[in-house]
Amino acid sequence: MPNTYTLIASVTVGSGGAASIDFTSIPSTYTDLVVKLSGRANADVVAVICSINSSALDSGKRLRGDGSTVASASSAEAYGVNNSGATASTFSNAEWYFPNYAGSNYKSVSMDAVAENNGSAAYMSINAGLENTTSAISSLSFAPNGGNWVQYSTAVLYGIKNS
Amino acid sequence: MADTKIVVDCSTGEVSEIELTAEEIAQREADAKAAAEAKAAEEAALAAKAAEKAALLSKLGITEEEAALLLG
Repeated sequence: MPNTYTLIASVTVGSGGAASIDFTSIPSTYTDLVVKLSGRANADVVAVICSINSSALDSGKRLRGDGSTVASASSAEAYGVNNSGATASTFSNAEWYFPNYAGSNYKSVSMDAVAENNGSAAYMSINAGLENTTSAISSLSFAPNGGNWVQYSTAVLYGIKNS
Repeated sequence: MADTKIVVDCSTGEVSEIELTAEEIAQREADAKAAAEAKAAEEAALAAKAAEKAALLSKLGITEEEAALLLG
């Protein structure tokens, strides 16, 4: 069981906003990777697109709810991002976990995401995704599915080792 | 103002703001369109399911709470 977290990189979006947050030249020296993201988009969007090595995830399954309804879908997009309609200055939280990211098997990822809207209906989801690549993960990208990340959105990349 | 992405080079720690290429902008627009369509389809399916449920409850002459009691 991986049991050590090491900060690889952390970045916070500046005043101009950003279409995506990308981590490149990720070292292959860990067992797993974790990305934690606190984000808010400036458009009427609800999900985050994760790309591995410049390719959006090839497939995925999602279970999502909004406080009153629940649905499942074939999608790797993580539902649960605070958008332009959310309570001012609130940010959503999401996490992606990439096990065995440096191996030669296809790359799986599990995710959870929850929007925060001061008690009103808000999207939240858990997902499983797959990228059909045998290459090690060397870059990751996270983008809202429309608009930009606003200032103070933050993403943190951790490496995890099992010893 | 041009759209940019923030790129963190994990080998150096360098953070750069880079303008999106035309290809990236096109991909982004396609992603946004696909996402909007998927969201609309999911919400339409949910609304249809809710309408079917309401119609069935009405046909049975019971409330949602009463139906939950029966199924519990």
